[in-house]
Amino acid sequence: MQIERKNKANNEISTSSMPDIIFMLLIFFMVTTVMREFDGLNVLIPSAKMIEKLESKRNTVYIWASKDGVISVNDRLIRPKNLAGVMYDKIVSNPKITVSLKSDEYASMELISEIHTQLRQANALKLSYSAKTEE
Amino acid sequence: MLKTRRRPLQEINSSSMADIAFLLLVFFLVTTTISMDKGISLILPAEGNELEVNKKNIVEILVNQSGKVLMGNSPVLIKNIQSKAQKLMDSNPKLIFSVQTTNETKYKSYIKVLDQLKLAGASKISIANPPGN
Repeated sequence: MQIERKNKANNEISTSSMPDIIFMLLIFFMVTTVMREFDGLNVLIPSAKMIEKLESKRNTVYIWASKDGVISVNDRLIRPKNLAGVMYDKIVSNPKITVSLKSDEYASMELISEIHTQLRQANALKLSYSAKTEE
Repeated sequence: MLKTRRRPLQEINSSSMADIAFLLLVFFLVTTTISMDKGISLILPAEGNELEVNKKNIVEILVNQSGKVLMGNSPVLIKNIQSKAQKLMDSNPKLIFSVQTTNETKYKSYIKVLDQLKLAGASKISIANPPGN
């Protein structure tokens, strides 16, 4: 006599909550995403060992300085001597601003020094020299 | 009497919901750039805040256009700045490092020197303007 087997429980994993899981992931990414705002100039940033993270993108102003002496602030090309004026407006609207200087490895110190002077005039004193991690 | 016909319950097919959500998810995954803003932080001194400092508390670090470094009147290799700075700071904790470059110095060598000083734990770093500026 054959013993009748008990019907096995349905072994499939329920996928009905899949959309919920995906939606949750989606919302997480939507909240954390900060879109890249600026293209900047084509620069080769130097590498360093002792680097720190910047606090927040929202309180950061990017200055690109290429080796040809071209300066761009948040994608606007400006002359080095006009930097103080531009930065002053930004500091007034948000005093917590940090300046992230993305300068080319082969930029001359003459240009960097001019940027220093202009930033000091604008009272934008928090500066970060953008660098990549050294291998 | 008219019989009201019972309409079948109308539902929107939601089986493609997951696909739509996946598509959006992939979009955000691709566009997200994880914050890559890293760098060497420095606080510039406010304007007109020049302090007089005792000469013996200052070490001058000169960097020339070919990336050679002179630290307190003796030439030093960039990779040795850290150990030398540490030794100097042990003997005098109030020490200020003054980094001076020329107009033609490359930004790269300046960053390397600054990095070495930061590695040594120096917090008092002064950036002198190149001569002629």
